[in-house]
Amino acid sequence: MTIRQLSVFIENKTGHLNQILAVLARNNININALTVADSSDYGLIRMLVSNPEKAAEALRSEHFSVRIHEVLSIEMDAAPGSMSRIIDLLTAECISIEYVYAFSFGSKSILVIRTNNREKAIEVILANNLKPIHESDLKATV
Amino acid sequence: MIWNEKRECMSREEMRALQSERLIGLVHRVYNNVAFYRKKMDDMGVKPSDIHSIDDIVKLPFTYKTDLRDHYPFGLFAVPMKDIVRVHASSGTTGKPTTVGYTKNDIENWREVLARCLTMAGVSPDDVMQVSYGYGLFTGGLGVHYGAETVGCSVIPISGGNTRRQLQLMSDFGSTVLACTPSYALHLADALAEHGYSLADMKLKTGVFGAEPWTENMRLELEKKWGIKAYDIYGLSEIMGPGVANDCPFHTGLHISEDHFFPEIVHPDTKHPLPDGTEGELVFTTLTKEGIPLLRYNTRDLSTLNREKCDCGRTTVRMKKITSRSDDMLIIRGVNLFPSQIEHVLLEMGETSAHYMLYVDRDNNLDTLELQVEMDEGNLMETIRDLQMLSQKIQHALNSAIGLSVKVTLVEPKTITRSEGKAVRVVDNRKK
Repeated sequence: MTIRQLSVFIENKTGHLNQILAVLARNNININALTVADSSDYGLIRMLVSNPEKAAEALRSEHFSVRIHEVLSIEMDAAPGSMSRIIDLLTAECISIEYVYAFSFGSKSILVIRTNNREKAIEVILANNLKPIHESDLKATV
Repeated sequence: MIWNEKRECMSREEMRALQSERLIGLVHRVYNNVAFYRKKMDDMGVKPSDIHSIDDIVKLPFTYKTDLRDHYPFGLFAVPMKDIVRVHASSGTTGKPTTVGYTKNDIENWREVLARCLTMAGVSPDDVMQVSYGYGLFTGGLGVHYGAETVGCSVIPISGGNTRRQLQLMSDFGSTVLACTPSYALHLADALAEHGYSLADMKLKTGVFGAEPWTENMRLELEKKWGIKAYDIYGLSEIMGPGVANDCPFHTGLHISEDHFFPEIVHPDTKHPLPDGTEGELVFTTLTKEGIPLLRYNTRDLSTLNREKCDCGRTTVRMKKITSRSDDMLIIRGVNLFPSQIEHVLLEMGETSAHYMLYVDRDNNLDTLELQVEMDEGNLMETIRDLQMLSQKIQHALNSAIGLSVKVTLVEPKTITRSEGKAVRVVDNRKK
């Protein structure tokens, strides 16, 4: 139901994103999803990677501020309105979203979500037979 | 005009005799009433009876700002609290303020030395003085206020801040003297047009500026911008507050009221006394102070002394205008700030690393502070909002610890330059 996400602190400066990507490349870590949230001075990179522990350790040793967080992940139907439907179910329970992003993996459409009430969100997912994604679902098969 | 000709124009011999007599009295008072000094003198093997003249001052122990902090709040007071009629405080180095107390006589002496300073700057009972130093725990506002009343000025106790109102009252009340920090005076000058005023609306003729180091060039700039005569008033709360020294119309150094505050110059490293004309740390002994008398208090301000008679007629020793210090203390908008205070706040919060760089700048003649602080490698918030709350939290903690507003910027770990030797924590971009 939850998967591990890597957050990295990054200053809004030319070349800084690539410094982080280069560390991951050197350590042979694959990135399945990446999103950047930004303010005027700095941002947060959020990533789903092939080996979060190894990635965090590699980045820390190169002096980046890193942390692993657990986030909810759900598979969506590859059809119009499927994401809206999931959000509707959460909204109906007064759960609000702190951040969200979506990506495709193989044939799967995947939603990653952080809410203000994880326990309640999990109840909604289970009660509505939504399909959770596990880290093992994101292992490359080819 | 000279406020107290008897004291300000004494012969060297008379002054030395007066200082000697006062020093002997002072040493007895601190030895008998302040445990800190008794212990220091006992440790050095010095008794009050060893002090026969002002020359014996070199036998006495030094006092540093840390001593005031270590005896917070009233440990160095030499009289019971019932004899203290006023307490002032300034920010200390680790969150605790430096506290000073005044007896009735101290307040009288403070009025006296300030009256001398203001008279030196040509201030008279005909003047309307706008006191734009902060009132409150800071000595600037109330100190100058009492002195101006003693001279007989009409005093406007407007305190600091609120530029629009400063200019409005200056125009409506016809202020002839402005007392504030030199940087605030520049800020006010530059704000005239923006608020719909010109110099023609103002009757200002004199500025008494102090509470921060400033150069002769800045003095000339202020005189030009305002069309006034600008004077430098020097002081520090540990010794008295404003009024320790002031320059006369000849601007050849600041006349120290040396019958109250005996100055010495010492070598910054060895602390050995240096001859007149040689630059070193300025040290004061408060000859007459009762509340918190201090022996050889090291101000860390760098200056030189000149004991020649001045063209203004005064014989009191002159100190060179202060433009730099021997420690890392910054003066921001008149407030003393040590970089260690910032470190203390960061360490206490423990949510970032303690690596930081403080950028000081002057925007529109007002000092600005930006703190860049490195994030911790293993301690990262999950959302931008949490990070913004962290910066705000640091901002609030700094504000309550040092009384200054600071822009806080979070930066990546290990991006702030590490220096090989003494850590460089401050980049001061203010014009010198």
